[in-house]
Amino acid sequence: MSIPLLSTTDLTVRFGGHIAVDNVTTQFHPGELTAIVGPNGAGKTTFFNLISGQIRASSGQVVLNGQDISRLPVSARTKAGLGRAFQLTNLFPDLTVLENIRLVVQAKANKGFNLWSTAVALTDITAKAQTILAQVRLEHVAKQPVSELPHGDQRKLEVAILIALEPKVFMFDEPTAGMSLDEADTILDLIADLKARTECTVLLVEHKMDVIRTLADRIVVLHNGQLVADGPPAEVMASAIVQEAYLGLSPEDQMHG
Amino acid sequence: MIQKILSYDTPRSIALSMLLLCIFAGLALAPFLFPGVRTVDTAARICIFIVLVASYDLLLGYGGIVSFAHTMFFGVGAYSVALTSLHLGRGFDALILGAAIGAVLATCLAAAIGLFSLRVRAIFFAMITLAVASALAVLVSQFSDLTGGEDGLTFKLPRELGPAFKFGQTLFDGTVFGVKLNGKLLTYYLVFGTSLVLFLITLRLVNAPFGRVLQAIRENEFRAEAIGYRVVHYKIAATCLSAAIASCAGALYAIWLRYVGPSTTLSLELMIDILLILVIGGMGTIYGAVIGATLFLLTENYLQAAMGRLTSGIGDIPVVSALLSPDRWLLWMGILFIVSVYCFPKGIVGHFRKDP
Ligand SMILES: Nc1ncnc2c1ncn2[C@@H]1O[C@H](COP(=O)(O)OP(=O)(O)O)[C@@H](O)[C@H]1O
Ligand SMILES: [Mg+2]
Repeated sequence: MSIPLLSTTDLTVRFGGHIAVDNVTTQFHPGELTAIVGPNGAGKTTFFNLISGQIRASSGQVVLNGQDISRLPVSARTKAGLGRAFQLTNLFPDLTVLENIRLVVQAKANKGFNLWSTAVALTDITAKAQTILAQVRLEHVAKQPVSELPHGDQRKLEVAILIALEPKVFMFDEPTAGMSLDEADTILDLIADLKARTECTVLLVEHKMDVIRTLADRIVVLHNGQLVADGPPAEVMASAIVQEAYLGLSPEDQMHG
Repeated sequence: MIQKILSYDTPRSIALSMLLLCIFAGLALAPFLFPGVRTVDTAARICIFIVLVASYDLLLGYGGIVSFAHTMFFGVGAYSVALTSLHLGRGFDALILGAAIGAVLATCLAAAIGLFSLRVRAIFFAMITLAVASALAVLVSQFSDLTGGEDGLTFKLPRELGPAFKFGQTLFDGTVFGVKLNGKLLTYYLVFGTSLVLFLITLRLVNAPFGRVLQAIRENEFRAEAIGYRVVHYKIAATCLSAAIASCAGALYAIWLRYVGPSTTLSLELMIDILLILVIGGMGTIYGAVIGATLFLLTENYLQAAMGRLTSGIGDIPVVSALLSPDRWLLWMGILFIVSVYCFPKGIVGHFRKDP
């Protein structure tokens, strides 16, 4: 097996007495798309937060590309190569769609502390942002404030931000939640595109089993914060423990968890 | 060219452009258009307040950072110029040194407050700025040997900036359009020119990539961090820059008044004036500072006089004349501001930009 790009060792976080992520040790390899599944409240989002740094681990480590990033602030982890799309849309609402992406490209180019040239004059950054908008087919709303976009387009923009970040590890937290089937397909196509580019590692929290079946190389199952199953899709889906983890959940819960 | 000077951030509304142009022309030609000690004094104050409020807009309107220490930085600049002029003797070197020391001191103070408190919650920063600003105001009144206490300090400007200094005698007969060419005129243009440059610098800062990051932080701090901007560092930098500019404005204020005291530079009322001007003009626009400061200072200076003329005009109608008595000017000013905030929730600039 190749050297893992991202690994967690005994990753744990407690909120008061409640252990939301419990001793999770796992690795993610370059070019691999891992689906992370588990019922509502299993700790999937919290696991993502620990990796990308929004929450500090109570114990355990996160290692990216050989570097221990457990103590780094969020922005440094992003610079180190983690890219995160959020479960709840999380954008700059009063800024335009183009500006949302431009800010990402600007961050990527390390131009944030440029005090003296105008942002308008950095035409290469704007041009690159426009290319990315075209990729997700949002160029027609480039000049609109994000708050005026329909939900589906906001989700697309969320993915576009991730593409603009060009991370080593892409983390999607339920990217298609609350979307129409059509819109969901656009997003999933984008993710499939990323997967086709061999080098990137993708972590995908998703409930729709058919999506997982077609996209995932591997499934990790979280339950009550613990990693309870890990393996190729067919194998994991057949196992009793997964059946149990999902037992008692209505289809609707599976959509919105 | 003009585009570039304005950092490609043009007013984007014809009405607004006209208004700004009028204010610019009015200030640029104030000593000639409105000769008179009082009017020129008002014009100079407007110039200085535009810079002061614009630098606060950088912090609050762009970065979304609430600070109550802005007058403190203003005061630091003013006191520095006064103290260097007093102790090094009148001279341009004392003025420049004073302004520079003020700016450096303000930056260091801002950095210290920022490092100490910006890491924590936003409300904590606001409280710390209030505490530090009040503490400094107390210190200034206590250390009266150095600062002159409540009375403040009066100092002398270089001879070239005094009313006794005349120039252009041979060329223009000492007057242009009936305006005496003296040091006071020079001082006005020193204030006007420096204010203009400081304003344009502020406009550039908010339109630089740095300013865009501040906007992102205001909109969604959490996401700004997640796309790779170290939010704390940007906030501290914004605090320092805005403090340095406010300190320069303070230096200009001291130069213009040839005096510095706690009530003119450090008071909490002044802080509230800054907030009011910004809200009325329009936050996060920089141009809001221009419109707001002009409107505010004109009202403050001329409302009372206008009401006096009005009451003597209408004679002795019982309730009306009581309400319009010049003593009630503060009441009317308050009402004017409430109405303007109610009619223009996004400030005057925001209002113009919405329906061009
Ligand atoms: N910041 C927090 N403070 C306290 N409890 C939290 C916090 N974040 C998550 N939790 C709890 O941790 C558990 C896992 O939540 P989450 O990771 O959002 O689940 P999932 O994304 O799998 O649905 C839940 O019980 C949730 O209430
Ligand atoms: Mg979740």
